[in-house]
Amino acid sequence: MMKEITASMAGTVLQVLVSEGDEINEGQVVVMLESMKMEIPIESTETGTVTSIKVNIGDFVNEEDVLLELE
Amino acid sequence: MLRTKDLDQRLIEKGKEIEAGGHEKYHQKLKEQNKLFVRDRLALLFDQGIYQEDGKFANNTAENLPADGVVTAIGKVNGQQVCVMANDSTVKAGSWGARTVEKIIRIQETAEKLRVPLLYLVDSAGARITDQLEMFPNRRGAGRIFHNQVKLSGMIPQVCILFGPSAAGGAYIPAFCDIVIMVDKNASMYLGSPRMAEKVIGEKVTLEEMGGARMHCTVSGCGDVLAANEEEAIQSARNYLRFFPSNYLNKPAITKGCLPKEGKSLQEIIPINQNAPFNMYEGIDAIIDEGSFYEIKKLFAPEIITGLARIDGRPVGIIANQPKVKGGVLFVDSADKAAKFITLCDAFHIPLVFLADVPGFMIGTKVERAGIIRHGAKLIAAMSSATVPKISVIVRKAYGAGLYAMAGPAFEPDYCVALPTAQIAVMGPEAAVNAVYSNKINEIEDPKERMAFVQQKQQEYKESIDIYKLASELIIDDIVPASDLRTVLINRLEAYETKELEFGKKKHPVYPV
Repeated sequence: MMKEITASMAGTVLQVLVSEGDEINEGQVVVMLESMKMEIPIESTETGTVTSIKVNIGDFVNEEDVLLELE
Repeated sequence: MLRTKDLDQRLIEKGKEIEAGGHEKYHQKLKEQNKLFVRDRLALLFDQGIYQEDGKFANNTAENLPADGVVTAIGKVNGQQVCVMANDSTVKAGSWGARTVEKIIRIQETAEKLRVPLLYLVDSAGARITDQLEMFPNRRGAGRIFHNQVKLSGMIPQVCILFGPSAAGGAYIPAFCDIVIMVDKNASMYLGSPRMAEKVIGEKVTLEEMGGARMHCTVSGCGDVLAANEEEAIQSARNYLRFFPSNYLNKPAITKGCLPKEGKSLQEIIPINQNAPFNMYEGIDAIIDEGSFYEIKKLFAPEIITGLARIDGRPVGIIANQPKVKGGVLFVDSADKAAKFITLCDAFHIPLVFLADVPGFMIGTKVERAGIIRHGAKLIAAMSSATVPKISVIVRKAYGAGLYAMAGPAFEPDYCVALPTAQIAVMGPEAAVNAVYSNKINEIEDPKERMAFVQQKQQEYKESIDIYKLASELIIDDIVPASDLRTVLINRLEAYETKELEFGKKKHPVYPV
């Protein structure tokens, strides 16, 4: 089943900390956003394998935009 | 020949019949749903399970309506007298008839006269449509329940434990309470059931998605505490009430204090880099008595933490930014959450301790359209008009209106204290230098030279907002090392015990709701 990890708030992608194919755990920080001059860690809400990364460093994302997909 | 003894016997039997509640098949259903019978809930809630009931014989001349589906009682919780109304879902699904409503209104009136807390143990399908003329529109109909709740708000603590549905109009009982404890998977709140939603607007949705306990505790904010089961929910209500006086004329009890949980010190917890996240729960643990934290709305708007706690036995309300979630930025929901919590504490003389580490209110199209200014105003109004002892601790950054929301110097905190890591400003150095020198920065072509210019300006900016400078100007009252914060708070809270303040004479403010 496909699961999506979304942005908790609007901001710019500062770092993508995982790659496609990585196995990740719930609670693991997968993306670092920058917003309001703060580093905003985005934790995975699921455990699974990364199937697709939807953002690049520097992209603007809105709240609830999909950052990556898990299987 | 009939004897007096026979009359007594008849009464005893009748009483037992009523106390047994509805038909056996409905008791069976309770078991299947992991729910307790109303009288078992009351036995868990009250000290030694003892309570005095009113109106037990309500509607006893009708068939199958024992107590008319609601138990109303007086008894003690933690040694403190309280009033309770509790729906019996084995009787017509806990629905409200004329006498049900009258009993609820009477227990509210009793709570008002006795000036004691009132608990609503809700598990009800809503109005009995067959009885509507007797219970819906009239002067002592269901509307009066809500009218009374509004009147009692702030006078006595009102607590809702939601065990099952609270449907349609009934959903306003939790809405007018100070706190709503919901049992996961069983509790629900909704104006229109999924069946009605499908018929009227064509939406297909499950009850859990639309009005389940988890949804209300995480998304809508209508729920404050999500309990795993009924026993936990009842225990939670008992724990909550320990923080409160019986009514607004009294102060909460001070208990024997204890040391904080063993763990990292504040110096170890707080990063020097203003922009790096850390976990504020660890910071709270370092200053409060171990095991004393009663968190409210833990799952809703977690970028701000609100909870009752004890500091050396003294009850306090803690409002803390959580840099780990959304950078601790204030949003529509976080403002709402903190505003209600502040009014709760202020109503019952619980001092407020703000732990500020806040980049400000969120900006951008999404939040502006959601009315962030209007919601932020709610928080600032609630904080501003609170007259209990107010202590503002500037833990790290406090930028822009974030400083205001967290009881900054202009809002009459009794004590505004900074840790050495504090940074108070309209905005952070990065944003400020960009704002002031953006043209100049763009003109510099050499990247190295540009970087050097920016760094120099940021350094100058940091110096201009140095925390010692703010202390020198008497903007803040004090700077203390993080290791002293707990002791300082203990002493200050004791010192402000006798604070008396009236916040402007008037009928009431025009609330920015």
